[in-house]
Amino acid sequence: MKVWHFSEMAYHPAWPELRDSYRVVIPSRLFDPKVGADLYHRYLDEWALCDELGINIMTNEHHATATCADSVCTIPMAILARETRKVRLLALGMPIGNRNDPIRVAEEYSMLDVISRGRIEMGFVKGVPFEISPANTNPADLMERFWEAHDLILKAMTTHDGPFNWEGTHFHYRSVNVWPRPWQQPHPPVWMPVGSPGSATEAAERGMTIGVLNTGWVRTPPIFEAYRKKAAEVGRPMTPQRLAYMALIGVGNTREEGERRADQILGYSRTSGIVAPQFMNPPGYASVAQSAQAIKMSGAGFRAGRIQSRDGRNIDPRTMTVADAIDAGLVFAGTPDHVFDQLRAFYDHVGGFGHLLMMGQGGLLDHGETVANLSLFSREVLPRVGDLGAM
Amino acid sequence: MERIKVGEVSLEALTAGDGPSLLFLHGGDYFAQHRGLFDRLARQFRVFAPRHPGFGNSERPDGFRTVNDLAYLYLDLLENRDFGKTILVGASFGGWIALEMCVRCCEAIDRLVLIDSVGVKFGGREERDITDIYALPSDELLRRSFFDPERMAPDYARLDDDALGIVARDRQATALYGWRPYMHNPGLRLWLHRVRAPTLVIWGENDGIVTPDYGRKLCRSLPNARFEPIRQAGHYPQIERPDEVADAIERFARAEVL
Repeated sequence: MKVWHFSEMAYHPAWPELRDSYRVVIPSRLFDPKVGADLYHRYLDEWALCDELGINIMTNEHHATATCADSVCTIPMAILARETRKVRLLALGMPIGNRNDPIRVAEEYSMLDVISRGRIEMGFVKGVPFEISPANTNPADLMERFWEAHDLILKAMTTHDGPFNWEGTHFHYRSVNVWPRPWQQPHPPVWMPVGSPGSATEAAERGMTIGVLNTGWVRTPPIFEAYRKKAAEVGRPMTPQRLAYMALIGVGNTREEGERRADQILGYSRTSGIVAPQFMNPPGYASVAQSAQAIKMSGAGFRAGRIQSRDGRNIDPRTMTVADAIDAGLVFAGTPDHVFDQLRAFYDHVGGFGHLLMMGQGGLLDHGETVANLSLFSREVLPRVGDLGAM
Repeated sequence: MERIKVGEVSLEALTAGDGPSLLFLHGGDYFAQHRGLFDRLARQFRVFAPRHPGFGNSERPDGFRTVNDLAYLYLDLLENRDFGKTILVGASFGGWIALEMCVRCCEAIDRLVLIDSVGVKFGGREERDITDIYALPSDELLRRSFFDPERMAPDYARLDDDALGIVARDRQATALYGWRPYMHNPGLRLWLHRVRAPTLVIWGENDGIVTPDYGRKLCRSLPNARFEPIRQAGHYPQIERPDEVADAIERFARAEVL
């Protein structure tokens, strides 16, 4: 199993001033550039440390939010491509249905792949519903645009004999000719985060690696199962390396220390879904059936039913405790033994996976604690996960 | 509701009444709330109210994705169905379609009625002529849409899954056609002089989506139009004040051309 350290680079100093929405409409005067610079540098230091710890690196991006100050997932990667030497670099990733220029995406990923000497993994993401407003992209044909951009980017990165023509539904270029070409052949590995069996099926058809985030004990198994089933149907070789799961991980020398770290990282889960409700269900973003239910439930409140305990109880992420989150399969926390045992139980429950996306920093967890968390994980847990998902 | 074909496109449509033809082009939301208006209009007119492709149970053909496509579709409909001279009524998003039809060809259009129409941009790049309905909390959106939101707001919790699915489809299709540029065609203003049909611009005095001020600008931009405000009505006067709106349309249809 490969392990990746992920942080959203939260700008948490603004959180005490926010109430009903942490996203979309909050004014940037709440961002102090001097404080922000210090935060960016410390998050980058933590990722750079991963090169020594043998933990791979994962970035993401969100827009107009204090929960994630990484608004361009390839910018930290551009820095880390040179600051690191060994570990792999996963950008999960680029919201290609929201970006206006897929060729620019191909260029960014190709440059990163060459500079890092072949260590880039490319994520293409649909993006959460509240990314629609900052991008002002049409939610009603988002996935149509996503797949056209996906096809164009891959063709652009794998065509090496001069320009080709692309006059599609959404993108028009008469001379696609991306320089540089990528280091990895035919192109870097392709990832997509998914949150439902339906999108897992679409990724399986194309042999993409899926990253499953915040789905926990109840919602993850049907997603992995849908992927395995579709991969078998279309004759794609199925290995655990096609499946990734994200967990928030707090490890300590004592159970209390590990759980205290997890509790601070949970600041991510407690804030990231707080969005003014009108941005939660842009028309056409979800299926007609899902949208119909959302209209019926409008006013029913906060992301009802997203996080469930093992016995099917709805958990409100804003007030979720570490015990709730361990039960829900979102957090692995405690001593190295506890963390490994929880990971192992989850692994067996979902039928195995090849990548652990470890949120080793989140919320208010400070630099010293993050370094301690990552270092202890590297020393005590990492050597034991190698055999999981090896195939 | 019946089904009709326009070329290869199959549409669901409400038809009612007898008399001169009246083609009603609906807006983005609340189609189910138009019964009162249609009942009144059907006393005087042969009313024809299609559900646009992608809305209701009308299918949207591949590649069919702009208001231009809708305009040509309904021009085809007027030509092919032999409606005779028709009164074209467009409300909100439907008003935009009606304007796009009229700048192309008014041949089959006897009179044009716009009700709280969108489709044209008057202000500068940092002014918003048309309220961003997707950025408003639901209670404020209702307040801006209706004079009396308490009375008019649908109770979605009581709708069955089919009816809710229709609401979701209507909203999805509205976004598909109108998301960006938002609810207007930047070039349309250049061609409004081609709207040669006599025009009645009906506007809810309390419209908080597109204000009466916008309506008056639109009216002044058309060569042969007059403005008629409706009291105690928001963006959907035809829903809140169906009798007043039907009266205005009937008077306009009988009147000598301005």
